[in-house]
Amino acid sequence: MTIDKQGSSPIRFRLDGGSGVPTYLQLVQQVEHALRVGFLHLGDQLPRVKDVVADLAINPNTVLKAYRELEHRGLAVGRPGQGTFVAGTLGEVGSRELAGLRRGLLRWMRTAADTGLDEDGMVALFTSALADFRDGRAGVVA
Amino acid sequence: MTALEAAGLGKRYGRTWALRECTLAVPEGRVVALVGPNGAGKTTLLHLAVGLATPTAGSVRVLDGHPAGSPAALDRVGFVAQDMALYRNVSVADMLRIGRCLNRRWDQARAEARLAELDIPPRRKVGRLSGGQQAQVALALVLAKRPDLLILDEPVARLDPLARHEFMSALMTAVAEDGISVVFSSHVVAELERLCDHLVVLAGGRVQVAGEVDALLAEHKVLTGPAATADAVAAAVPVVRDRRAGAQAHLLVRDRRTAGANGRNAPPPGWEAHRVDLEELVLGYLRAPAAAALPGPGRLATGTVPVQGAPRLRGEHA
Repeated sequence: MTIDKQGSSPIRFRLDGGSGVPTYLQLVQQVEHALRVGFLHLGDQLPRVKDVVADLAINPNTVLKAYRELEHRGLAVGRPGQGTFVAGTLGEVGSRELAGLRRGLLRWMRTAADTGLDEDGMVALFTSALADFRDGRAGVVA
Repeated sequence: MTALEAAGLGKRYGRTWALRECTLAVPEGRVVALVGPNGAGKTTLLHLAVGLATPTAGSVRVLDGHPAGSPAALDRVGFVAQDMALYRNVSVADMLRIGRCLNRRWDQARAEARLAELDIPPRRKVGRLSGGQQAQVALALVLAKRPDLLILDEPVARLDPLARHEFMSALMTAVAEDGISVVFSSHVVAELERLCDHLVVLAGGRVQVAGEVDALLAEHKVLTGPAATADAVAAAVPVVRDRRAGAQAHLLVRDRRTAGANGRNAPPPGWEAHRVDLEELVLGYLRAPAAAALPGPGRLATGTVPVQGAPRLRGEHA
C-alpha cells in the first residue's frame, strides 16, 4: 500500500459530494473541526491553494473563498507569497459545560419519547427549532 | 475585464436557429460551465466564441472586445474540441512540434514537463494512448500556447471517473497557476459545484439562465407547502418548476427581491423554504425547458452577467 502524502500542512481536505454543503463551506468546516480536535494549531500552514486544487480537482476560486471566509472569521491569515496560516483558535466550550448541555438534551429526548415522538421526529423538530433560532424567531414560539 | 461577451448572438443553419438572442458577459479569471441537453446550442455557442462559426445575428467578443476568430483573439484563445482533434498516427513529440510551428505563442518546455509528469511517453503514437492520456495531451497542447481564455467542448465526456478527475485536476491547476478564464460544456452536472463559479444553461438554442453560481444559489429556493395555497404562492414569484400532489406542493422559485433586514425573505405562512444546491437547480431548469428566459436585456454592464427572469410555468399537477 503506497501512502499518498502531501507536504506543507498538517491537514488535508476531503469532499463529501452527497452532503449538500457548498464546497467552500466544507473546507471552512474542516479547518474549524481540525482546530477543535487539535489537528491544527496556531501558526500552522493551511494546505496551499495549488495543492488543494490538484488534490480535489476543484476551482481555485472556491479555495480562495474558503480562506477568505476563514480570515473573516479571524481564524486564518494570508501571507503574500507564503500561504495561509492559522491565526486564531475557536472558543472552546469546556467539557463540564458540554456535559451539562448534553444531559439537558437527553432529558428533552426522554420527554419527547414519552410523548410518542420517534428519533426522526426529534431530528425534524430540533432542525426546525434551530432554523427558528437562527432566524431570530425563537421568541415567537410561545 | 470580460473574457467572453455575446450580444444578441444567433446562428442559423438553414431554417433552424441553433442559437438565438444569446446575451451574456463573463468576467475574466472565472470558470464557466455551459450545460443543456443535446441540441441546445452549446457547441454552436463555443464554435462562435472561437471563430469556427460566424454569427447570423449579433456579435461575440473575447478578452476585452476582440471579435471572436480575429487574429488578436486566436493568439490568446485555446480550444479543445469534443473529439480532442489529435492525429492518431502522429507521436506525442510530433504533435508538440506541430503545435510549436502553428502557434505564435508556445511554451515547449512547459508542455514537455507536463507530459513527463504524467508519464506519457513522447515517442508513443497518440492513437495508442488511453483516452485519459489523449485528453491530457490535448490539454498540454492547448496550455502550451499560454491562452488567456480556454474553451473546451465536453472535455470529459468519454473519460472514466479517474481520468476525468485527473483531467479536471490539471485544468483547475492551470487556472490556479495562470489565472486563465475557462468556458467548458459538460453533462456531468454533479461535478459542476466544485468546478465552476459561473453557469450558463441553454435550452432550445436560448439562454435559460446565466449568472454567478453564488448569486443563482442565493436567488433560487424550493418552497414546500400545502397544494391548496400553491397557486397564490406561485403567482407572487417566478416559478421554474412546479411539482404538486394532492396535499403538497414543491415550487422551485427564483426570488430576486432584495433580501429582507434579516438577510432572507420569509416564506409565506404554512410554507417552508429550502436551499437548493447547484445540481438541483440545473436539473430543475433542464426538466422545465419551457422555463426559458425572456429575451435578455439589450445592454449590459461590463463584468456582469445579465440574469434573466424565468416566466411562470403551468403547474404539472400529479
